[in-house]
Amino acid sequence: MSDTPHESADHTMGFVRQYIFSTDHKTIGLQFLFTSLFMILFGGLLAMLMRWQLGWPGHPLAFMGKLAPNGMPGGVMVPEYYNMLFTIHGSVMIFFGIIPILVGAFGNYLIPLKIGAPDMAFPRLNMASFWLNPPAIMIMLAGFFMQGGAAAAGWTSYAPLSAILGPGQTCWILSVLLVGTSSIMGAINYITTIINLRAPGMTFFRLPLSIWALFITAIMALLATPVLASALIMLLLDRTLGTSFFLPAGLVVDGVALAHSGGQVLLWQHLFWFYSHPAVYIMILPAMGIVSDILPTFARKPVFGYHSMVYALATIAVLGFLVWAHHMFVSGMNPTLSTSFMVATMVIAVPTGVKFFNWLATLWRGSIRLTTPMLHACIFLSTFLVGGLTGIFAAAMPVDIYIHDTYFIVGHLHYVLFGGSLFGAFAGITFWFPKMFGRMMSDRLGQLHAVLTFVFFNAVMFPMFILGIGGMPRRIYDWSQYAHLSHFGPLNRMISVSAFCLLAAQGLFVVNFIWSLFKGRNAPENPWESTTLEWATPSPPPHGNFKQTPTVYHGPYEYSVPGAKADWLPQHQQSSP
Amino acid sequence: MTWWFPEVVSTYGVQIDRLFVVILWITGVIFVLVEGALLAFLIRYRRGASTRAMYIHGNVTAEIIWTVIPALIVTYLAFASQRVWAHIQGPPPPHQMELEVVAEQFAWNIHYAGPDGQFGTADDVETINQLHLPVGQVVLVRLKSKDVIHSFFLPQFRLKRDTVPGITGRIWLQATKTGQYEIVCAELCGLGHYRMRGFVTIETPEAFAAWLKQAKAEQAG
Amino acid sequence: MMSDEKWMRTKLIPLVGVVVAIGCGGKPQDASATTKANASAERPVQLAQAAPEAAPAGGASGSASLHGSIKFSGTAPEAERIKMDADPQCLLQHKEAVHKPEVVINANGTLRYVFVYVKQGLEGKTFAAPTQPAVLDQQGCMYHPHVLGLQVNQPLEIVNNDATLHNVNCKPLNSKPFNIAQPVKGMKSTKTFAAPEVMVKCACNVHPWMATYVGVVAHPFFGVSGEDGGFTIAGLPAGHYTLEAWHEKYGTQTKTVTVADGERAQVDFEFKAP
Repeated sequence: MSDTPHESADHTMGFVRQYIFSTDHKTIGLQFLFTSLFMILFGGLLAMLMRWQLGWPGHPLAFMGKLAPNGMPGGVMVPEYYNMLFTIHGSVMIFFGIIPILVGAFGNYLIPLKIGAPDMAFPRLNMASFWLNPPAIMIMLAGFFMQGGAAAAGWTSYAPLSAILGPGQTCWILSVLLVGTSSIMGAINYITTIINLRAPGMTFFRLPLSIWALFITAIMALLATPVLASALIMLLLDRTLGTSFFLPAGLVVDGVALAHSGGQVLLWQHLFWFYSHPAVYIMILPAMGIVSDILPTFARKPVFGYHSMVYALATIAVLGFLVWAHHMFVSGMNPTLSTSFMVATMVIAVPTGVKFFNWLATLWRGSIRLTTPMLHACIFLSTFLVGGLTGIFAAAMPVDIYIHDTYFIVGHLHYVLFGGSLFGAFAGITFWFPKMFGRMMSDRLGQLHAVLTFVFFNAVMFPMFILGIGGMPRRIYDWSQYAHLSHFGPLNRMISVSAFCLLAAQGLFVVNFIWSLFKGRNAPENPWESTTLEWATPSPPPHGNFKQTPTVYHGPYEYSVPGAKADWLPQHQQSSP
Repeated sequence: MTWWFPEVVSTYGVQIDRLFVVILWITGVIFVLVEGALLAFLIRYRRGASTRAMYIHGNVTAEIIWTVIPALIVTYLAFASQRVWAHIQGPPPPHQMELEVVAEQFAWNIHYAGPDGQFGTADDVETINQLHLPVGQVVLVRLKSKDVIHSFFLPQFRLKRDTVPGITGRIWLQATKTGQYEIVCAELCGLGHYRMRGFVTIETPEAFAAWLKQAKAEQAG
Repeated sequence: MMSDEKWMRTKLIPLVGVVVAIGCGGKPQDASATTKANASAERPVQLAQAAPEAAPAGGASGSASLHGSIKFSGTAPEAERIKMDADPQCLLQHKEAVHKPEVVINANGTLRYVFVYVKQGLEGKTFAAPTQPAVLDQQGCMYHPHVLGLQVNQPLEIVNNDATLHNVNCKPLNSKPFNIAQPVKGMKSTKTFAAPEVMVKCACNVHPWMATYVGVVAHPFFGVSGEDGGFTIAGLPAGHYTLEAWHEKYGTQTKTVTVADGERAQVDFEFKAP
């Protein structure tokens, strides 16, 4: 049986036990939060370098000549370095940014609190899950110091290219294996905790939607990540032990015939996307859950269609396992297979639409307070909509023939991953910051950050659809080499300038976050007058979370109950007489 | 600056563009309606403008409506897409010419069968990065790769297919006007990926035959 | 049950350490690889015809010299024409057809681009690497020179004098291979080879006909046959030597020679077309 953490602690723990190797889910959640925020910033810096090259191809950036003498000799970027930049940018943002912040940080922090439990089912497994991340990060970035540089086959690491590139690629594989292991450990913990440790009265259909989202996300992670791990191990063996999982006979690289034979190149893509498509739902479902918690709180209104929302989450998750090869429409895969994947992809639009309409209906006839978390949640709705709608173009196979591997897809993916996931993360951070740190963030600064980020984000990402329609491929070091793209100078420069502004605007968030940590107004137990269980304990909660295990009497979004004096009824409080 | 697709020079390219426009209309209308509703609700239902929020947990009729209507729309789009897909990816129409493209890091090797129509004979012509096509004729293209995955992308044809080592891909195309265009590699293949650029010349069948003859002569010496 | 700290120390940290240790496996980047970009080519372009006859720096040096010529007999195969139209920038630079320099017969019937070096006879002697770089130039989408000699650890300066992308993909077996892109005209990179190898092939992938061969030897006693088919190796200490001549198509041949101080000996080779 899992050990109950508050037993073993009479809590005169040293600094290391309390803050570094902690088994308290809240501390681990914050460790994930700080690490992933830092990595998102780092990934953003890499993107700035990419945007420099795309805005002014071949122009020197003097100080980079000293920082990266091999990658940017004399400040001029070389193509192999550009390939490393987008590879590490994507890998960092996905594996060390969005997944750890949404699943690791919010999952860890919120699950025990919102279900009324003292901690996770397996606190030590939880700690191990976090501590796999720092070595994973270091190993991936160590690739920059390897011969041939860091991994440069894209975050998708398609074979055979990923099988023949230098040692940096091996670093990438090992790193992702570690972070995948971390995910699987977390998934086991979340599922067990939510099933077993709910407080009395907390039936499944009284769970907040953020917990449903995290629960379903954990199931997806548990089922999909081992497939990625298998593919990574096969690729590692192809690279180091001479196996031929992905390498067919007859390969001639640089005039040298390779000895491998019997492998299937497309097998990598099937295995990779079998994980990575559910992975994108792993990256969006928690954000959807967060938004589903925030909208009722600040509209003072129950969420519209709670059951539909749960079924929609589950449907998206199931369908999410059936659509992976829509990334492979032009891969040379049997075209008949493409039809079934196209149909499943189109169908996924339906539950997603259901969620959208229910969110809108939650706002309808509400009494809306446009606080910073609410602003981010509404921006999520606005931008994720564009991401979802542009996905329909890609789902239509003939259109995908043209837009596949162009900037249209780059725009689409950033609208869902930044417009959706990252704004969802901002919403969550600004919403739960008072609970996590016992202090309030500045609402003024928060709103300014939200608006500027929204404006610059659209300025960067929307023109990418135009670039894609114009035929600009992705992962392209110098688009100006092509006649049909030669007129895209001004647009690319405009995107780059907007990107620099976008990064600069994040300074507001960083300042707000750090300043509020030390100087923010003290936060009460429930600053937002919200109904769920985490608001029924001090800010920040003590070790063990609740002095007494709460009992749950009704659903999570009882706002504006007719006849009640207050416009909110906490889950652990019986109905007002 | 053009904000739209490059000109289309292939038969099925026109169908692809048309499908794109249909989807653009549908998603455009949805975009305007949903964003409009979002904005309208934020303004209309802001605190102060309405007294108390409505206590309602849902409405089954609404759920049915906004499940069925999107389902109908995506069903239509699925059928429309499949129709065009089957035309492009299904059995090709009778072809007048065949050629083979072998991609490698970082060049396109193009093989023409020559006037005798047979590969592997003395009148074969091989070029690097120079793709010539006779206008109006159906051309079958076999796609191969020597080393890693590349992708044969002809933007003006709305044609893209990955060249995969170990697989011979088969596509067809039919040009509708003459002109000079480019081949773009659309799958990351290494440090030269961005410059794996080829040149497409669509010319009259007579000009094509003349070019083929000239290329053969140059190949010899 | 084990305490958390003990579990950490005895299981988790060593496990992570093992994973990191069996990982990456590659060695850190060669410190001698430095790269400079020079947007405007300040130095006049050097089209080195043959490897510089480097005076032996340090180590034993002598006063003997070898010279000879590489004869060719038989019918040379027809040279394959290079498809310069693969890249408009290449085509621009050539008014006439260019052919692959695999077998180049000089006007006087001798064979060009044969690498001749002392294969045996210098055992026990060491020769410091010269600091003067050898230059490999890319111009007109061809490597100049087509064959060159280089001493171990001598810098090789690779320069792109074309307004198009070249990548220099060198695949030595005894030294660290490298593959660098030079997208901008005027870009220079400097590389070295840490171990002897005859020959290292370097190629450009963007222009598949481009190839150059680098003979890396541990001493300065080598030469490449030029337009007159001749080669000279100077400053040799007195002794008994085996010379090897290498040609990219016709393989290798060896000859032995003994020289005394101040002697100028002649060693000829003959390659026959099969």
